[in-house]
Amino acid sequence: MTGSLAATLVRPAMALTTLPAVGAQHAAWLLLAFPAFGAIVLLLGGKRTNAWGHLLGVAMALGAFVVGVLAFVQMLGYPASQRSRDLHLYSWIPVAHFQVSIGLLLDPLSICFVLLITGVGSLIHIYAIGYMSHDPERRRFFGYLNLFITAMLLLVLSDNYVGLYAGWEGVGLASYLLIGFWQYKPSAAVAAKKAFIANRVGDVGLSLAIMAMFATFGSVSFTGVFGAVGGASHGVTTAIGLLLLLGATGKSAQLPLQSWLLDAMEGPTPVSALIHAATMVTAGVYLIVRSAPIFNLAPDARLAVAIVGAVTLLFGAIIGCAKDDIKKALAGSTMSQIGYMMLAAGLGPIGYALAIAHLLAHGFFKAGLFLGAGSIKHSMNDEVDMRRFGGLATVMKITFVTFGFAYLAIIGIPPFSGFFTKDPIIDAAYSRGGVSGALLGTAALLGAGITAFYMTRIMLMTFTGKRRWEDAAHPHEVGPVMTSPMIILAIGSLGAGGFLMISNRLINFLAPVVGTPPLSHGFFTPLSFLSLALVVVGGALAWAMYGRREVPVTAPHGNPITVAARKDLYGDAFNESVLMRPGQWLARLSVFFDNRGVDGLVNTLAATLGGTSGRMRKVQTGFVRSYALSMLVGAVLLIGALLLVRL
Amino acid sequence: MSNFPWLTVTGAVPLVGALAIALVPGRSAAADEAGQRARDRLAKQIALVFSLITLALSLVMAVEFKPGGPRFQFAQTYQWIPQFGVHYAVGVDGIALVLIVMTTILMPVVLLASWNDAEGLAGPAGETPPRRSVKTYFILMMVLETMMIGVFGATDVFLFYVFFEAMLIPMYFMIGSYGVGKRQYAAVKFLLYSLLGGLLMLVAVIALYVYSASGNRPGTFLFLPLTHLALSATVQKWLFLGFFIAFAIKAPLWPFHTWLPDAATAAQPGAAVLLVGVLDKVGTFGMLRYCLELFPAGAHYFTPVILVLAVAGILYAAIVAIGQKDMKRLIAYTSVSHFGLIILGVFAMTSQGQVGATLYMVNHGFATGALFLIAGFLIVRRRSSQIADFGGVQKVAPVLAGLFLISGLAGLALPGLSTFVSEFLVLIGTFTRYEVAAIFATLGIILAAIYILWMYQRTMTGPVRDEVAAMPDLRARELWAVGPLIALIIVLGVYPRPVINIINPAVHQTLVHVRSTDPVPPHPASALKNGSNP
Repeated sequence: MTGSLAATLVRPAMALTTLPAVGAQHAAWLLLAFPAFGAIVLLLGGKRTNAWGHLLGVAMALGAFVVGVLAFVQMLGYPASQRSRDLHLYSWIPVAHFQVSIGLLLDPLSICFVLLITGVGSLIHIYAIGYMSHDPERRRFFGYLNLFITAMLLLVLSDNYVGLYAGWEGVGLASYLLIGFWQYKPSAAVAAKKAFIANRVGDVGLSLAIMAMFATFGSVSFTGVFGAVGGASHGVTTAIGLLLLLGATGKSAQLPLQSWLLDAMEGPTPVSALIHAATMVTAGVYLIVRSAPIFNLAPDARLAVAIVGAVTLLFGAIIGCAKDDIKKALAGSTMSQIGYMMLAAGLGPIGYALAIAHLLAHGFFKAGLFLGAGSIKHSMNDEVDMRRFGGLATVMKITFVTFGFAYLAIIGIPPFSGFFTKDPIIDAAYSRGGVSGALLGTAALLGAGITAFYMTRIMLMTFTGKRRWEDAAHPHEVGPVMTSPMIILAIGSLGAGGFLMISNRLINFLAPVVGTPPLSHGFFTPLSFLSLALVVVGGALAWAMYGRREVPVTAPHGNPITVAARKDLYGDAFNESVLMRPGQWLARLSVFFDNRGVDGLVNTLAATLGGTSGRMRKVQTGFVRSYALSMLVGAVLLIGALLLVRL
Repeated sequence: MSNFPWLTVTGAVPLVGALAIALVPGRSAAADEAGQRARDRLAKQIALVFSLITLALSLVMAVEFKPGGPRFQFAQTYQWIPQFGVHYAVGVDGIALVLIVMTTILMPVVLLASWNDAEGLAGPAGETPPRRSVKTYFILMMVLETMMIGVFGATDVFLFYVFFEAMLIPMYFMIGSYGVGKRQYAAVKFLLYSLLGGLLMLVAVIALYVYSASGNRPGTFLFLPLTHLALSATVQKWLFLGFFIAFAIKAPLWPFHTWLPDAATAAQPGAAVLLVGVLDKVGTFGMLRYCLELFPAGAHYFTPVILVLAVAGILYAAIVAIGQKDMKRLIAYTSVSHFGLIILGVFAMTSQGQVGATLYMVNHGFATGALFLIAGFLIVRRRSSQIADFGGVQKVAPVLAGLFLISGLAGLALPGLSTFVSEFLVLIGTFTRYEVAAIFATLGIILAAIYILWMYQRTMTGPVRDEVAAMPDLRARELWAVGPLIALIIVLGVYPRPVINIINPAVHQTLVHVRSTDPVPPHPASALKNGSNP
């Protein structure tokens, strides 16, 4: 199916007009104000707020959640065509035609994210009370978490691209601060910097896209850009689409800017769950889906999005298979799952809503997986090596069950979430038709099998088999403040996918923003049985390797693919040899050149102008004062003479 | 608007302060150590009070200023040298006003931060601080403030030139006598460079006077009449160069920049703030005010070359900054990179570019000011400015580290902080006319992240080094100095509109004068009506 054909099949998204906010929607600014207040108090208040800081942090996240739910309920009260509402707050940067305001767009797409961010965000805030209870800097941690919530909400709520960009970089800052939270560890500090810089590469794409929008359409607001995009040439929309994709690859850890995410696991586990799994890393998907009116007119850019997604979903899954560090294995999985979302978004109108559905479902089960990993780590002296786990199912029952629910969700066993949200993406990829459709679909199908393999491997190595603990580790179930968020997320892992997808609930809800895709063929298709069969094969393979056999405490050498996957498929090696080392040489060379070349030239020139080079040598050997004084006197005399000559 | 000469008074107050300080008894054999310290403290207090009065007066001006009013407000014109047509003529437009207010805000901040600098405690460990007159240092700073206000406020080209050159003298002594390291070499280099540029400008200034005389009408140096001068394109090109080279050295534009890292490294942090934050802005201000408005044809002719130099400077200086081992030197190079952006915005000749450039001058003053001052607090604690001598400071001095990070993030133009607004305006304003230049300039945001965050990583994170283990966090005086700057960085990032509103009309007038209209398409509100048939 070509792009233009898809466009004819699908009701255009711009049937929706944006109306001014009414009634209680005028309170939507509280969504930003609550967490912003928390961040300000906790970060400015310093040690004085240590005693109750975490409670304030949780309260502010919950407050934003309540406001979000109220806005959602109010939105449901309007007919579908009137659900897009704009709340103008103030004019931010007004210069001639460039008019940027801070304004909030409440529409079905943004409200999905608001509920995810504040809902899962609140759960993870609560969990962190327990997880960070022994950390003397817990208050600062909650300050950063609140800062993150503020920026993330600005990202998804802004009614224009510059405001989105502000949130975009704001979450990057929060991510930087939280990855480097234990910054006395050099590895954490390096990982934080790496994440920020990789994201900045993507940000170049996003900011250039915004500049191109302004230069082409004279506007940077969603309504302004989307209203005028129909008149743009194919080249311009493709260029903007590709620039947006570059931005998305940075934030969402897609190839070629993927390498920072694995290092980002240096951050405390609640951060990995909230920022580096459930919300921030999905911002790239939001950006693509939000820009649907542009991508609808740029089939080539869309194909690029889909290819990036397909390649990354395999790339991340393969890395996930080889990691012994549970958090890094899950991080590879996050890359892979976001690959699915990008693939779906790249499919265009048939995939936008599917991308969001998988994103929301993933928010539950991946946060659940990370919180489970966190509770194990918490109870085992910060151990993360799965070769040192084993047999935890009996000692950490709640963790086992909740982790298990999320496991079933991610590999896509019905009726768990993933089944309802992942298989439609595979289906949609094949329905694209042609060689590209077959390749994309097969990649997604293969990914499902690999996902089953690495997730089963994690389950088996962690919860079953012999206990391979260090002597000092005494794993035990964590307290209720940590288990209750895990239980709620487990329920989400079970029910979210079905709730969103059965009778096209989410697809219809999002239709006013992203258009209505052709109706799906139902969930139990031949393709879904094929996918399930691959899942079983993947799981069985993992069982054969890690369930039936004993897991050695030290990793075996492994085959070449395993070795490569352990090294993140040489992503870092590539960056180091192609970017970092040449970059360092360039910097050194430039410093040398600046000191010797440019400056030397100038000194020589000065000496020549001064008459003899001897005079310049004098300058450098100590007669500076007399020389300077003579220059100064000369200048003053010159000025003086000019002033006085006619007085 | 009352007829009270606010501008002249604002400019004169620091000079009065300098005189008052001069009346404080100086060093004498009779005074014991304690008595001397009390006298020095009195000198410092007088300076601070007068700088605060100046600040208050300039804020009154900002409130009284009518953005839609006449071009130059608080204007005064008196004949000074009638035979030459030289006037004492002052007045501010929106651009000059925001730069004056930036100067008067920075001054008390710098005084407070430099409280103990004249005693020479920031030198490398082991070097005995030379005995120097404390009160002279503060007199120099107050005299400098008068000149800085004068240079922005002058509306007579000759008066501008006098302030432009005279500014060098206090700064020369502040670097040469009160600096650290190779201070005399750096001071001479600074002076030589500036004088070279100044002399070229002097030639152009005089030529301008000659051309302005026609028939029986005597020549003039007054700015407004000069803008209506009908100069041939050739003449414009030559005179443009005379002014531009002086400003390009001052700003500094690559490759005229090599004096700045030496001067900023040798100067005390406070003096470096005045040098980079204010003095250098005279260069970019001069380009916007004098080069563009006096010689529009010359400006258009040279624009391509200047854009290339500006973009080259943005990237080159950022790369060189990454490789620096000395904190102050690194910050100086980041400034060279930022000046490239300012100049890019000026010569993009779009509303966004020039408003962005003007705003950048202000924001850069505060952001780089904060960065220099906090680096100075670090240096005086460790008695070293080498990045490698620090490590783990965040653990022992979290407030210092936090403020250092915020000013660093302002250096890399993080949205939410003031510098983002100006940088994005410059980039987007450039993009609408010169896409390629904007694309290359935008790559600078990656380099900025590298030089700032790598410096932060090496100084603040990691295990606490033994030498910094006993480092105290910020003292009250230091917090009072940088606190206002940090607050401004945040406030002007979230709500820059009051400043933008002051700048907008002035930039509009400049663009009308150089006959440049923004190349953006009509607002989509009208396009929407035509193009939305599904």
